[in-house]
Order: sequence, then structure tokens, then C-alpha cells
Amino acid sequence: MLSVNGVSKSYNKSGWFQKDKQRVLEDVSFQCGQGECLGIIGESGSGKSTLGRLILGIERPDTGEILFEGKRLGDAKIRAGNISAVFQDYTSSINPFFTVEQAIQEPLNNLKSGLKSHSDLIDDLLLQVGLHSDYRKKYPHELSGGETQRVCIARAISTSPKCIVLDEAISSLDGSVQLQILDLLKDLRSKINTAYIFITHDIQAAAYICDRIMIFRNGSIEEMVSTDQLKDVQSHYAKKLLQMTILN
Amino acid sequence: MKMWKNMLQDKLALLSFSIISLVMVTGLFAPFIAPHDPYEVHMVLRYAGSSWTYWLGNDHLGRCILSRLIYGIRPSILWVFAALAVSVGIGAMLGFIAGYFRGKIDALLMRICDVMLSFPGTVMTLAIVGILGVGLENILTAFILMKWAWFARVIRTAVLQYSESDYVKFSKAIGVKPFKIIYRHIVPVTLSDIAVTASSSFGSMILQISGFSFLGLGIQAPHAEWGMMLNEARGVMFSRPEFMVAPALSIMIVVSAIHFFSDYLQVALNPKLRTSKHKAGDFAGTTTPRLQEKEVA
Repeated sequence: MLSVNGVSKSYNKSGWFQKDKQRVLEDVSFQCGQGECLGIIGESGSGKSTLGRLILGIERPDTGEILFEGKRLGDAKIRAGNISAVFQDYTSSINPFFTVEQAIQEPLNNLKSGLKSHSDLIDDLLLQVGLHSDYRKKYPHELSGGETQRVCIARAISTSPKCIVLDEAISSLDGSVQLQILDLLKDLRSKINTAYIFITHDIQAAAYICDRIMIFRNGSIEEMVSTDQLKDVQSHYAKKLLQMTILN
Repeated sequence: MKMWKNMLQDKLALLSFSIISLVMVTGLFAPFIAPHDPYEVHMVLRYAGSSWTYWLGNDHLGRCILSRLIYGIRPSILWVFAALAVSVGIGAMLGFIAGYFRGKIDALLMRICDVMLSFPGTVMTLAIVGILGVGLENILTAFILMKWAWFARVIRTAVLQYSESDYVKFSKAIGVKPFKIIYRHIVPVTLSDIAVTASSSFGSMILQISGFSFLGLGIQAPHAEWGMMLNEARGVMFSRPEFMVAPALSIMIVVSAIHFFSDYLQVALNPKLRTSKHKAGDFAGTTTPRLQEKEVA
């Protein structure tokens, strides 16, 4: 469904007349199937969030292409309704002037077909993420981190997208809330059958929810394993990464 | 709207807003409100003190000072306001484009702004007046030419800060069109920055235009303008100092009111103060101390 083919990305270093560029992604290729949960794991600065931005079409790759059902994701019309996202920073993930209701409505309004009232749908979405319909009129600063993240998930699933990019979606939450959100995500996946691209630095969280895990290092794929074979990783770096997690 | 309700609680803001709107309305309807013709000369009444017919007395040509003060609102405040609106409009448009789209267009616009901002403002204004000739419209043109770059800079910075936020990223990801994102997400959050910078420079622009008129570069006699009225009263500064009081006080009061109001806007346009009914009690608790603090200051 989603295929990333030979994608590279580099950024200009600061300065006008400097020509040198910093390579962030180097020839990355992978596929993500329908309803699959793919984990992308890497250290800070490994380029995994850049990859997330490219998949979301916020930025364009320098070379290579990202296709969604055979069409280029750079086109906003292809993305609308099909792809969605949940981000890390819950303090800025909802416009402070929007109520919960308005925030969830945004992706619906963006689809041309969605001109009718979404009132019932919003109640239903809130219910699905475990929030009462009283939350509709609240502003984001009145919500806790976990609640905001639930609203973001409700917003992400509102158009029943085929793929959701979760960029460190649980990393800024504390332990027990992380588990609640992971369970919620698992639960939702079984209901609406969307694919997740789960970007994180937390191997345990990834192992908990993902089918396949991609270990990312210095802008390229180090190794790709399915979660049940996580113990049998081949590369030295992946082994080290796993050992560190077990020691913790 | 919540903002107006909050203002009713903040007495200083309410007072400033009433002063500003009263002055503006008076200026708009000057011919109906002014008790006399501001250009009518009565040499008999030269330097007359205040009387029941002429409340603030008469100037060196025996003209009614109150009427001249009221007519003076037009160039001193209303035209300055129009110039401000134009320059904020240009600055906002370019600032939004530069801050949102970044890249080459941002670099180009900001270099143009750098060039504009590298001229000292007063010298540039004097140069434009020198080229185009003395007069209010030329000074206003110079103001617009000089100020838009500064507004574009300030607004771009505000836009940059918000265009990186996750809700803008989300909108981009789900394929919302750029200008819709600017309109829906970036304009509301940057509006407070725009309002505060615009209102504070409104005060300084009023002072500048009065300053230029005081120097005789702005509006020309016999038209009334507050700075020019000060200049006319300057001749009798030691024998009849009271003639300086009316225009000077008017400038001071209006400029102070604008500054107090821009202070208030900064607080009021903060979305964190917008709270829904669920936490009404909490809301009252957090704002009252803030308002008291402001009244003391």
C-alpha cells in the first residue's frame, strides 16, 4: 500500500554561500502493507522523524519517491482522508483557539464529501478513544497530556485513513498513560484496520504494538525484522540496542 | 465575544478604549460636533481666555481652539490610523508569505526588508518630504514606505514560531491548502502579536506626525493639527503658557490611552485566557489577581 523507494534527503547547513549539505536520509526503501504496524526505531538524530515528515508529505524527498497505492504522496489530494498523523508534543498538537470538537472536525471538513453535520460522528469518535462527549467544548489547555493525545488520535482516525504516522506519539507521556494509549491504538487497529507507522526510540513500546520493526541508524535502514524474531537480529548495532533495553 | 466581556472588568482598558473610540468618532464627525468654524478669524478675540462661547479660548488669530482641536483629530489620528492600517496590511501579507513558505521567497523578502530598515527612519522621511514637497500626504507616504518592512519582519518572526507547531504540521499532512492553513491556524495565533505591535507603533506614529507638523513639514496652515497648534502656541510660550496645554494634553492623553490599550490587548488576546464554561470558577480565580496587578502598575 505504502511504498518508499530509494528516498534520500539532505539539508543545507546554515550559511548562504556554503555548499556542503548534511545527509539526513540515504537511499531508504521499504514497504508497508494494508493494516500493518511498522515500527521505526532509532536514536535521536537518526533521521526517523525526517522520514515521518516525508511520508506525511510535509517535505519532499530529494531523490526517490514515496507512493501510496501507486500514486505520489506529494499530492495533497492523495493524502486527504487517506493519511493522518499523531505527533509527540501534546502542548502544540491542537490549535489553542480550537475546541476539541473543531479540532476533530478539521480533517472531516477538508474532505469535500463531509458537508453534513458530524455531530454524532464526533461523539462516537470521542467514545472510541475513551473520552466523554462533554469534552467537545473544551479547549486544549484544559486537557491533560493523555487526554490531548486521545483527542489527537480521535482526530487522526476521524476520516478512517488507511495509514497513520505516529511520530513519538507516546514519548512525552508518563508510563501508565503510555500503556493506556498503546492499548487504545491496538484496540483501534483491530476495529478499523489501518496501518500504523510507529516512529519511536522506545523498543519496548514498539515491540508491544508493532508487527515489524525497522531499526534505523544514521539515515539508513540497519535492519528490518518482524517483532516475533526480534531476538534473532543480525547486525551488531541492533544487538547492542536490544541489550541496552534489556539491561534497563 | 469573550474579549469584550473581559474588558468590562479591566477598568483601565475600558477607559482607554472609550477615549480612543470617542476621539475617533469625534474626528469623523468633526463638522457636526465642532462648535465653530475652525478657520474663522476674529482678530478682536486674539488670545482670549476661555468663555462660554469659546470653551478653550482663542488662538493668535482669534480662532476657536476647541474647534481646531476637534478638526485636528483628522490628520493627527485618523490619517495616521489609515497609514498604519496600510503598512500593517502590506507587512502582514509579506510576513505571512515569508514565514510560512520560507526558502527563497523568504530570503528575497527579508533582504528587501533589510535594505528598507537600514535607512534611518527620520532621515528617510525628511528625504521623501524633500523630494515630494511639504504636506501631510507625503509624510504619510513616507511612513508607509518605512514601516511596512518593520511589520513584515515582526510578523514573519511570529509566523515562523507557529508554522513549526504540530497542528500546522497535521494540517499540512492531511492536505489542507496553504492559504487555508494560514487563515485558519496562523492568523488567529499571530493576531495578538500583530495587534500589540501595531497599537504600540500607532502611539509613536502619532507623536512623529505631530513632531513633523511642529517643525512645519506636515500639514499646512490654515488646517489644524495638534503638533502645528503647539508650534503656533510656542510664540507665546512664556507670556501665555496655557495655549500649549490643550494640544499637548490631547496628544498625551490619546497616546497614553493607546499604550494602555495595547498593553491590555497583549493580555486579552492570549488564548490561554479563553476558557470554556467547564472551568468558570477557576478562570475567575486566575484573572482577578492579574487585573489588580495591572491597575497598580
